[in-house]
Amino acid sequence: MLKVNQINVYYGAIHALHDISFEVKQGEIVSLIGANGAGKSTTLNAISNLLPTASGDILFMNQSIRKIPAYQLVGLGLAQVPEGRRVFSRMTVLENLEMGAYTRHEPGHISQDLELVYSHFPRLKERRKQVAGTLSGGEQQMLAMGRALMSRPKLLMMDEPSMGLSPILVQEIFTIIQQINQGGMTILLVEQNAHMALNISHRAYVLETGNVVKSGPSQELLVDADVQKAYLGT
Amino acid sequence: MTLFLSQLINGLHVGIIYALIALGYTMVYGIVKLINFAHGDIIMIGAYTAVITLSTLGWSAPVALLAAIALCVLFGITIERIAYKPLRSSPRISSLITAIGVSMLLQNLALLIFGAASKPFPTVLNVPPLRFSGIQISFVTVLTIVVSVLLMALLQGFVKTSRAGKAMRAASEDYKTAQLMGINVNTTITLTFAIGCALAGIGSFLYCMAYPAVSPTMGSLPGLKAFIAAVLGGIGIIPGAMLGGVVMGIAESLTKAYISTQMSDAVVYGILIIVLLVKPTGLLGKITREKV
Repeated sequence: MLKVNQINVYYGAIHALHDISFEVKQGEIVSLIGANGAGKSTTLNAISNLLPTASGDILFMNQSIRKIPAYQLVGLGLAQVPEGRRVFSRMTVLENLEMGAYTRHEPGHISQDLELVYSHFPRLKERRKQVAGTLSGGEQQMLAMGRALMSRPKLLMMDEPSMGLSPILVQEIFTIIQQINQGGMTILLVEQNAHMALNISHRAYVLETGNVVKSGPSQELLVDADVQKAYLGT
Repeated sequence: MTLFLSQLINGLHVGIIYALIALGYTMVYGIVKLINFAHGDIIMIGAYTAVITLSTLGWSAPVALLAAIALCVLFGITIERIAYKPLRSSPRISSLITAIGVSMLLQNLALLIFGAASKPFPTVLNVPPLRFSGIQISFVTVLTIVVSVLLMALLQGFVKTSRAGKAMRAASEDYKTAQLMGINVNTTITLTFAIGCALAGIGSFLYCMAYPAVSPTMGSLPGLKAFIAAVLGGIGIIPGAMLGGVVMGIAESLTKAYISTQMSDAVVYGILIIVLLVKPTGLLGKITREKV
């Protein structure tokens, strides 16, 4: 579904991503793990074309999307839950969800999807008229995920969904991510919390200073000595 | 009491024009974080368009108004494309200086084309003033207030409920995330400039009906006042611009009536300073904190 081929990204003179390549297949959860500054978010932003890619190519459903402007990617089926949730804090929960469905024009389907999102996140329904800035961090994460789902994506990319959340909430959010995947959604997950990410994903890639240093089935990486030492603290 | 009421209405008249112009400042600031100092000169462009179409070409007032709106919008969009868009990712000070440059360019172009002498704005409405139990209100005042209130209600409805209006609010909060929703931020910015300039076009027509002299620098003062109104109400907040404009207009008019004519600007700026000292985000401004 998604194929990233040897992409390079620069921040000015800083070479942030070195020939990064990886792949996400239909129905998978793939996680990118690594320390702060390893280039995980940069990779997602390069796929979304919020950052320009200097070389290499990105194929989504066998189509090169490297030169397609960010705002057109949602329409192709690529949705991103940005780092730090980035909900529209002065808009209501419902309006945020509506913005997720911005590119869609069938009102009937939108209300169906709204119900689907509410079924994953009942708390959003209770708070639909509330301004998003007044939600708790966990609720904002749910809103950011629900908002992305409203576009009916083929691939859902999530950037650090566990950031700043209590362990119980992290558990809750990851359970929901698994449920969404079991419903047929392909997911690319970026996480610093390697343990949680490896537990729910099928395959994973380990990033270090802008390079892919290891990859494989998540269950194997969970028992890999290097990964355990560097990321799992065991 | 009669004096007070009629001054209040006068203040409302000027204030609501400030508010119309202030909306352009605040909407543009909301989305591109730029104080568009050329916005005042858009008023001048609207005024010249109206004066030429009315006096020289002999067009009727509604057509002249439409021409003024059209030219204001055209100038606004073009200025954004040529002068501001290339600087969107540069430091804010660059676009601020550019805006001042554009303002000077427009004023001096007008000076070159039309000369320094001011042109009289023709009387477009010859309706006797209305009387309500001793208070005399000019028809222009009534028209200005009614038209402006209507426009603001329309704008508020558009921003609150329409798809494009919601996209505008989303982009003004976070333009990167707005792109992730599929919003074309460039189109949204163009639309914002267009709406702001259309309001300035209408504002310029109403302003000229009250102060019928058109000159190359005529936009500076109402532009500055409207900018202050936008800051007073809370920059980036649409109802704030409306409130700020009206508060300023009324303060100005009451100072002129009860304290001194020369002091009116000082009092208005004084109010701004006090409000900003007490509430730095403006009357309706809110401080937003990030939640974890």
